[in-house]
Amino acid sequence: MDASGVETLRLPRTAAWWHSETWALTRRLIRRRTALFGLVVLVAVVGAAFLAPLLAPFDPLEQEITQRLKPPGGTDERGRVHLLGTDHLGRDILSRILFGSRIALLVAFSAVVIAGILGLVIGLVSGYFGGRVDDVFMRLADIQLAFPFILLAIAIIGVLGPNLRNIIIVVGISGWVVYARIVRGEVLSLREREFVQAAIAMGSANRRVILRHIVPNAFTPWLVIATLDMARVIILESALSFLGLGVPPPTPTWGGMLADGRVYLSTAWWLATFPGLAILLTVLGINLLGDGLRDTFDPRLKV
Amino acid sequence: MRTYLLRRLAQSLIVLLGISAVVFVILHLTGDPTLLMLPPDATAEEIARFRRAMGFDDPLYVQYWRFLKGAVQGNFGNSLRHDEPALALVWQRMPATIELTAVALGVALALAIPAGIVSAAFRNTAIDYVSTVVALVGQAMPTFWLGIMLILIFSVGLQLLPSSGRGGVANLILPALTLGFFTTARIMRLTRSGMLEVLGQDYVRTARAKGVGEPRVVWKHALKNAAIPVVTIVGLELGTLLGGAVITETIFAWPGVGRLSVQAIYNRDYPVVQAAVFLLASIFVLVNLIVDILYTYLDPRIRIR
Repeated sequence: MDASGVETLRLPRTAAWWHSETWALTRRLIRRRTALFGLVVLVAVVGAAFLAPLLAPFDPLEQEITQRLKPPGGTDERGRVHLLGTDHLGRDILSRILFGSRIALLVAFSAVVIAGILGLVIGLVSGYFGGRVDDVFMRLADIQLAFPFILLAIAIIGVLGPNLRNIIIVVGISGWVVYARIVRGEVLSLREREFVQAAIAMGSANRRVILRHIVPNAFTPWLVIATLDMARVIILESALSFLGLGVPPPTPTWGGMLADGRVYLSTAWWLATFPGLAILLTVLGINLLGDGLRDTFDPRLKV
Repeated sequence: MRTYLLRRLAQSLIVLLGISAVVFVILHLTGDPTLLMLPPDATAEEIARFRRAMGFDDPLYVQYWRFLKGAVQGNFGNSLRHDEPALALVWQRMPATIELTAVALGVALALAIPAGIVSAAFRNTAIDYVSTVVALVGQAMPTFWLGIMLILIFSVGLQLLPSSGRGGVANLILPALTLGFFTTARIMRLTRSGMLEVLGQDYVRTARAKGVGEPRVVWKHALKNAAIPVVTIVGLELGTLLGGAVITETIFAWPGVGRLSVQAIYNRDYPVVQAAVFLLASIFVLVNLIVDILYTYLDPRIRIR
């Protein structure tokens, strides 16, 4: 009994403190904040790519042999600061990282569009029509997944020759499987839903059913995969550049900078460290954003 | 059960056939493999002779049939660089790659499964947050950069571990950690989410209600069920690992198939590239077949399908 005369029932505190509601809310907030962080990182990288000529303190291709291998914070004779140091040819690392984001994003975006559309179409056809077509595409998916992908990619690019177009095509075409599988699964379950059955019963053509009823509903999972796939592509592109099969020099790429830096590891740590941090941060941001999108829009999705 | 296994076996054979087609096609992507394999200063006569010797004048289907027949017998032609059968070269390097991949997978499982379980059992505590952050960073970290950073810290800085070559256990530590880190992160997250799902199930509640102690609930009742998705992904992760080995081996000068194939690509030694890609893909198919068979023992529901 308290002062007001109302008897309050004191329930024993069975739940541990981390089950309390405050904590649940905080957790949700943290989760949203990670997605927010991801978004901020991605916007920053996109901004860096677009504004690279304005932001970069130096020309990324400008070689200054007297300034080679300057540690971070070093200044040249004119008093200009190399915030992240210079590489073995005296080029400013910060400027090269800023310009490197262009290649990374260009490849990521184009390859994801190619892979995403290819996978979407295959997934729709496979899931909607089923049967033989489905069998063929799913076996193709198995074949594709059986390859240690990076090895296949370097073999093909080694044959075709490393340039921006070939890299986008190879990375794009090879990425369809994830999209196709997820879209196919969505289509299979959507097909059985009443609104789709009704549309079919009313005599809608297959094309109309697919475009009007299925695609809009399969779009969210597609978008989540596309976001997460950008991370895969960025790592892949930088791995190819690292192996010398990326966009050829002198164009700055993050992977290419890492490969250069590897040679000077014992004397100049900053060469390999900063481009790698750029990749790590970008990929982390994209992953967090993708996870956030999934949790918010489609928690059932397992990717 | 038997029909399931037979169907699975047939599927694997189809996949292998598809792999052989892709491996064959790689060489013919530019239309003329001769120019690809000979040095740029080769004379017209040399080109013609080489083309005839390799049978590149024949129709494509004849060439593919010949390639397939050879591949089944383990004959991918001779290495253009080393004048040895290509498969023999690849085969010599295989133990090194298997050693590296197996240790990396072992390290990944040994770290990831306990970490995932602890993470789930102590959900939303400091331990959970730390391991989640590690997993997130691990999934975002490019293999080659991790390798370089490990060399920078442990070989260049502290001078504790060798940065290249194969030999004792010390040589294995950095490459295995590098290769296994991504897999560790993935399996950790999977174990954690699997455990969380299982720990919310009715039979776990029943076990707790019966008065079964928490450690026993976690290790005995929950883990076996949470292990199913982990077992599946282990097979698939092998693909990631074999692919990652290409880069890891290059960084650490590890004398395995991955490094051999990268060098073969630089040297335009395509029989070796074909043999390596075919062999690695076949291993992947085989391991996944084995995983699926094991799976039917873990999860009897699959046998019915």
